[in-house]
Amino acid sequence: MTKAVHPAASSDFRIMVGAAGAGLIKAFNTNKTSWIGLGLFLFVCLLAILAPWIAPHDPLDQNILFRLRPPSEAHWMGTDFFGRDILSRILYGARISLVIGLVAIAAAMVIGTAIGLIAGYYGGRIDIIVMQTMDVLLAFPSLILGLIVVAMLGPSITNLIIAIALTAIPPFARIARAPTIAVKEREFIEAGRALGYSDARLMLGHILPNILPEVLVMGSLWLATAIRVEASLAFIGLGVSPPTATWGGMIREGFENILDSFWLALFPSIAILIVVFALNLLGDGLRDAIDPRLRGEQ
Amino acid sequence: MTGFVLKRMGFAVITLFSVLTLVFFIVRVLPGDPAMVILGDQASQAAIESLRTRLGLDRPITLQYVDFMRGVFVGDWGVSMVSGRPVIQEIAKVLPATLELTFAALILGAAVGIPLGVWSAVSRNTPPDYVIRLASLLGLSFPAFVSAVLLLLAFSITLRWFPVMSSGHGETLVDRLRDLALPAINLGLIMAAYITRVSRSAMLEVLNQDYVRTAKAKGIAFGQILIRHCLRNTLIPVVTVVGLYLGILIGNSVLTEIVFNRPGLGRLIVGALNQRDYTMLQGMMVIYTLMVVGVNLLTDLTYGLIDPRIKYS
Repeated sequence: MTKAVHPAASSDFRIMVGAAGAGLIKAFNTNKTSWIGLGLFLFVCLLAILAPWIAPHDPLDQNILFRLRPPSEAHWMGTDFFGRDILSRILYGARISLVIGLVAIAAAMVIGTAIGLIAGYYGGRIDIIVMQTMDVLLAFPSLILGLIVVAMLGPSITNLIIAIALTAIPPFARIARAPTIAVKEREFIEAGRALGYSDARLMLGHILPNILPEVLVMGSLWLATAIRVEASLAFIGLGVSPPTATWGGMIREGFENILDSFWLALFPSIAILIVVFALNLLGDGLRDAIDPRLRGEQ
Repeated sequence: MTGFVLKRMGFAVITLFSVLTLVFFIVRVLPGDPAMVILGDQASQAAIESLRTRLGLDRPITLQYVDFMRGVFVGDWGVSMVSGRPVIQEIAKVLPATLELTFAALILGAAVGIPLGVWSAVSRNTPPDYVIRLASLLGLSFPAFVSAVLLLLAFSITLRWFPVMSSGHGETLVDRLRDLALPAINLGLIMAAYITRVSRSAMLEVLNQDYVRTAKAKGIAFGQILIRHCLRNTLIPVVTVVGLYLGILIGNSVLTEIVFNRPGLGRLIVGALNQRDYTMLQGMMVIYTLMVVGVNLLTDLTYGLIDPRIKYS
């Protein structure tokens, strides 16, 4: 947990968030590998955004004469079963993975944090019921839950986002609840209450900034999980429908031709690995820096 | 002790009921109408109605719920809509293969992960520590199907050491082990990555304890201190983590079974999804729930065996 922000400084939400941001930057500097992770991740984001301009070919352009070609000068990563350029498909596939991951985790972060804040702040029966429900959801294997939700709702980008967000809400509720319980007992919350601040104002303006760094760190780690789950679902055949390029879907197609054309599965595998590893590097480094148990030992 | 065990079991029963209720509602509420999901948009109203009757969906929801719960506990999980055989039989047929794989992975994960974690902790902030930390972070970045495909490419296709497809029912023990090797290595290495990390941080915490310092001051050999004083205390968080990561292990086993074409729950669930075998899916969710709740209970109870200090209150 970062240092609690003193209420006398200002009750302005932006300043509070600014303080939380400063805490994050300090965490970054404590553990330099986080910068490497962030840089790598932003680079992938940039490639995804620039895909229409930098992709050498149209990702959907089929060329039956050039199917299953190994890497060459014209096709750096070779071509797939329909003669489509694998590099271009990887660049476009990054967009799907990132959009689904980012939106799902943003939603899970907002909903989960709100649930955790409310449960921790009010305590009592609300807390018990809410957290029991979260534990139940948490007990279920996330891939299986995602699998069933997508299978029932149908594989579209929106439904994938819903499925992945659902599996990611409980951990955010948990991570937000514990510090809320600790922070709400502090004097500055007491002072705020004495001044007649509403519960919502206390929660959003005074407790949230204190728990925000932890929530954001958790977000980067869960973004890694979300991207992994999306790819896994696509690999099983529950991803965004073909011919749209998705990394998991590409590996699935590549797997069918693995005996003679290994590059089909190899390159998208490496792409997933780079993104997930970058996010883990980022989140893991930050968590080490933020975790109070580890901080004193630095 | 008895009080503690009963209390944990009570909690497990409550969780079991909650999750089963969740499963019941997910299967019934989520798609709107399972009959329509099964038959598709083009189905006639009459066909949908008759399927609804067959599935018992036209009855009051409370009655369906009571029936579902009763069925779960007496072993009547319905009949597969595709094969026509009882769901529980189909699951029982493939369950041993999945359990074999997960246990092999757990043993491998612990055998690799605990020593690496301890080594990493005792050589903190030196090159071996950096390498182990980076490797374990990389290990848990692997989606299970990606590592499985890469292992298959390297060891089955390029080196030809292992069969490309495992039959899952080899005749001799050697055959069985050959079939099991790559899938278990795949799942085990990912598990090892998690276990390494938690062993490391648990070990670091233990190494800072007063009794370790006392032992050092008494001149006890470091190896002795590690084995006699530290290891056992390190194991508690490891056991918790293994319990917590069961969900990940189950998800990964599904992917591993698909890639290596191994019979098991993974292939059963994907088959059920593709064929919209709704009773089978419900049964699969019940078995996963039983497994997760069961392992959580076991994890709780194991603490006491490892750490007699834990008060059973």
